[in-house]
Amino acid sequence: MSRELQVVGRPIDRADAIDKVTGAARYTHDLAIPGMLHTALVLSPHASARIVSIDTAKAEALPGVRVVLTGDGLCYQLGLYMQDKCILARDVVRYQGEAVVAIAADTPDIARAASQLVSVEYEELPSVLDPREAMDDGAHLVHPDLHTYDHMQGVFFPKAHSNIAHHQKIRKGDFDQAFANADVRMTASFYNPPVQHVPMETHATIAQALPQQRAELWTSSQSPYTVRHLLSVCFGIPHANLRVHVPYVGGGFGGKAGLGLEPLAYVLSRAANGRPVKVVATREQEFNTLPSRQGLHSTLEIGATRNGKITSLKSTYLWDAGAYADYGVNIGRAAAYSGAGPYSIDNCWIDSYVVYTNKVFGTAYRGFGHLEVLWGIERAMDQMARKLALDPAEFRRRNLLREGDTTITGEPFTPGHGKPQECLDAVAEAIAWGIPSDPPTAPHKVRGKGLAMLHKAPAMPTNTSCAAVIKLDEDGGADVLISGVDYGQGTYTVMRQIAAEELGIAIDKVHITWECDTAFSPYDWQTVASRFAYMGGNAVIEAAADCRSQLRAVVSQALSVPADQLILEGGKVYPSGAPDRAIPYSKLALGYTFENGNSIGGPVIGHGRCIATGLTHLDPDTGQGLPAQFWTYGAHAVEIEVDTQTGEIEVLNIVSALDAGKVLNPKLCVGQVVGGVVQGLGSALWEGFVFDENGRFLNPAFVDYKIPTAKDIPHHSQQILLENPQPGGPYGARGIAEHPMISIPSAIGNALYDALGIEFTTLPLNYERILSRIRERAEAN
Amino acid sequence: MHDIQLTVNGKAERAQVPATMTLLELLRDRFALTGAKEGCGIGECGACTVLLNDVPVTSCLILAVEADGHRVDTIEGEAVCGELSILQQAFIDTGAAQCGFCTPGMIMSARGLLLRKPNPSHEEIVEAIAGNLCRCTGYEAILEAIHLASQRMQDGGAS
Repeated sequence: MSRELQVVGRPIDRADAIDKVTGAARYTHDLAIPGMLHTALVLSPHASARIVSIDTAKAEALPGVRVVLTGDGLCYQLGLYMQDKCILARDVVRYQGEAVVAIAADTPDIARAASQLVSVEYEELPSVLDPREAMDDGAHLVHPDLHTYDHMQGVFFPKAHSNIAHHQKIRKGDFDQAFANADVRMTASFYNPPVQHVPMETHATIAQALPQQRAELWTSSQSPYTVRHLLSVCFGIPHANLRVHVPYVGGGFGGKAGLGLEPLAYVLSRAANGRPVKVVATREQEFNTLPSRQGLHSTLEIGATRNGKITSLKSTYLWDAGAYADYGVNIGRAAAYSGAGPYSIDNCWIDSYVVYTNKVFGTAYRGFGHLEVLWGIERAMDQMARKLALDPAEFRRRNLLREGDTTITGEPFTPGHGKPQECLDAVAEAIAWGIPSDPPTAPHKVRGKGLAMLHKAPAMPTNTSCAAVIKLDEDGGADVLISGVDYGQGTYTVMRQIAAEELGIAIDKVHITWECDTAFSPYDWQTVASRFAYMGGNAVIEAAADCRSQLRAVVSQALSVPADQLILEGGKVYPSGAPDRAIPYSKLALGYTFENGNSIGGPVIGHGRCIATGLTHLDPDTGQGLPAQFWTYGAHAVEIEVDTQTGEIEVLNIVSALDAGKVLNPKLCVGQVVGGVVQGLGSALWEGFVFDENGRFLNPAFVDYKIPTAKDIPHHSQQILLENPQPGGPYGARGIAEHPMISIPSAIGNALYDALGIEFTTLPLNYERILSRIRERAEAN
Repeated sequence: MHDIQLTVNGKAERAQVPATMTLLELLRDRFALTGAKEGCGIGECGACTVLLNDVPVTSCLILAVEADGHRVDTIEGEAVCGELSILQQAFIDTGAAQCGFCTPGMIMSARGLLLRKPNPSHEEIVEAIAGNLCRCTGYEAILEAIHLASQRMQDGGAS
C-alpha cells in the first residue's frame, strides 16, 4: 500500500477509556443475574492426601444453602492440551488449596458459613514438592493414571508411570563433539520460583444451566471460544447451545487463558436446577487455588571458541508444573524451541520436562516460559563473556541470529524476522554502555549496568485461526465484531484504527462491540501469545476489503461505472475523476435506492479471516520444524544502585528496545512496554511463592507477596520501538504484548554482578538474598 | 440491623444494614455503585478506594455503620452531568487506564490528594497512590495523569 496511513500508527486514545475512568465499565465481578446464587469453596489443607470421607450434612441443613457439591459424581477430566484435571478433587487431593467442596447459597455469607460446617477426613499420602526429586525413580506419582489421560496427540508426550507430563526434545548438530572440542566451556544452574499473574480482577464466572442442554456463561476470560469448546466437549453439549459472554476483564496476563471457574459454575447451576451461580475467587484463592506461573530449574552447558562464537549448548529444563499440566505442557514445549535464546548455535541439545509436583499448578503467564528460560540463558551469556574476557554486548553481537543462520528448530532466519542486533545496539547506546556509572549516592552504595536480549514467538496450534465481521451502519459508520478480548492491552482500539484505515472513514465512526458474545462475535482461538494484532488485524483488513468490494459492486450498478474505476475515500464512493458524483456510505450501508424508489444491494456485512500458515508439528525426536508464525526480538539495558547495608536495589534506569515491525498505536504500544517492564521487575526483585516443607503455601496475600507499587518503578525509563516490517503482518506489525516483561530479571541480575561481583542464579533478587550473599562474602574475606 | 443516613455523591441516602456489612458492600450491593472494586477484600490493593469526608479510605475495611452521618464520594460522582472531571480527562489523555479495574480507586486516591493539596510534589503523588495496586500500567502514566490534572487545575480549570 503506497498511500500514507491516516489512522494506523497514530496515538489514538483507547476506545474503552471513558467507561473505565467513570466506573461505567462492567466486569464479571460487577454482574448479577436475578435469582443468582453465591458460592464458597472448601479447600484442601494437605498437599497430598486421600479423601476418606466428606460430611456435608450440616452444611446442607443450613437455611439458604441450595447446593453442596463434592468431586464424587463429577466424572469429568478437563484440560486444553492435557486432560488431567477434575472440577473438584476426586478421591485424592494433589495440592494444598485444591478445591474439594463447593457450596452455592442465597448469599455469600451463608455460603461461607456453610463451608465451615463441612468436615473432610483425609489420610495423608507421600508428596513430592521438588521437580528434581519428582524425576527420580520411585518418586511419589502425582498422577498414577497418567498413561490413561487424553491429550493432544503428536504434540505432547507424557511418560507413563512417571511424573513427566511432557518431554520436549530439541536436537541439532552434534552437541557432544562440539562441546568436547570447544576452547572454553561452562556449566551453570538457575532457578525461577512459581509466581502469580495477579490480575486485579480475580477469576469470576456466572453460569446458568438452561433447559434442553443449553447454558449461558459470563466470565472473566481471555478465551471465550476455548471456554465454549472445552465445556462443550466435557459435558457433551452442542457448541451452539453454549453461549459465553466476556464483559470487561480486569487483567489476565495468561492466567485467564485456559479454563478457570467455568466448569464449576456450570455444574453448580445444573445442580441448583438452573439457578444462575456466581463463583468469584478470593484473592487468596487466586494465589493458592487458581493456576500460577510454573517454576523452573535450568542447567546449561555452553561451549565456545576462543574468539567468542558459541559452538554448543545443552539445556535441561525442569518445569515445576504443580499438580496439573493442562496448559503447562505447552510452556515446556514453547520454551524448548526458544530455549537457546536469540542466538545462532549449530550444536544444540535441549530436554524440557514438564514435571508434576504436589503444588498449585501452572499455566500460561505473559512471556510463556521465556522470562524463565532467558533468566538462565542471559545470565550465562554474561558469565561466558567474562570467561572469554569479552564485553557482554560484543559477545552477544558475535552470536545473534543473522541472515543465513537457522534457529535451533531449523527455521531460516530472514530479514523479515526483524533486527535483534539493532535492539541490542539501541539499548547499549541509550544506557551509555561501556562508560562507568556516575558515583553512587552514598559510600555504602554501588552502581552497575546490565543488559539482556529477549525473543518470543506466539505459541499456538498449527491451525490457529481468527475471524472478523464488519457491519456498516445507516450513518456510514461501522461495527467491528471480533472475539479477541481486550483485557487492557488495547486490542480493540487498534482494531478500530485498522477498520477506519481500510474503510476510509474517521475513527469516531468505527464502533467495536465491547462484550464478546459467542452467539454473535465470530470465532477467535484465544487472546494469548501476542498474536491478536497480527491475526485479528489481518482478519479486520480482509473484512474491510469485503465491505469495500460490496460497496463497489452496488455503486458500479448505481452509477453505471466499472467497479475498478471507483474510489473509496472519506466515507464515500465516487468514479475516479468525478468526486461530485460521490455516494456516501450512509446511502449504501443497507442498500442503495434510486430516485424512483428501486433499490439494490442490501446490508453491507464484510467477513475476514486469518489462519496460521506453514506451521508444523515439531519432530518428536529432534524438535525440528516450524513452530512460529513470527518472532519478536528485543533487548533491555538497566542501571541500578545497590545498598550494601540493606541489600536494596534502586532501579535507576531501564531502556527497552523492541522490533515491533510497525507500531500501530505508539501510545498503547509504549503503555504495553512500560507496564510489562514493571511486571518484569516484580519477577526480578520481589515475587515468588514460598512453601513450607509440607507443601503449604505461605504467602498468598499482598502483604507477604509483594508486587510493584508506584514507589518501586524505575527512576527513568525509555522505550525504543524499531520498525523492521514483518512480512504477512498487518502493515508489517508483529506482536509485542508479552515481550517487555521478558529478560528484565536477566538484565537486573547482570547489573547486580556488575555492581557487586556476586553471581546470583536464583530469583527473586530480594533484599534478603542479596544481603546474605554480601555478608557471606565479607565473612569469607 | 442498623438505620444509617449518609450522603453519597451529594445525595442523601438511607439504609438498613447489618453490623457486619462493609461500606464497599453497601455501595456495590445496595446502591448499585459498582465502580469501587473488590480486589482483595482485606485492604491491601486499594481498588475499593472511595472518599469518606474527602479522605481516601479502602471501603472494604470500613463498616457501613461507620459511614453513618458522613459524606461518601465514589467514582460515579466524579463526572458531573456526563462531563468528565479534569482528573478523568487527564487519565484518558495520558493512557493511564489499561484493564481499568484499579482505575476508579486510583482516581479517588488522586482526588483525595488534590482536594488536600492542589499542587502536590511528585513524591506526594507517589505516596498518595502507593496503596493502589495496578498490574498493567507500570504506574508511569498514572503519575503523569495526576501531575497533568494538577497543572490543568492550576491553569484555571474547575476540577
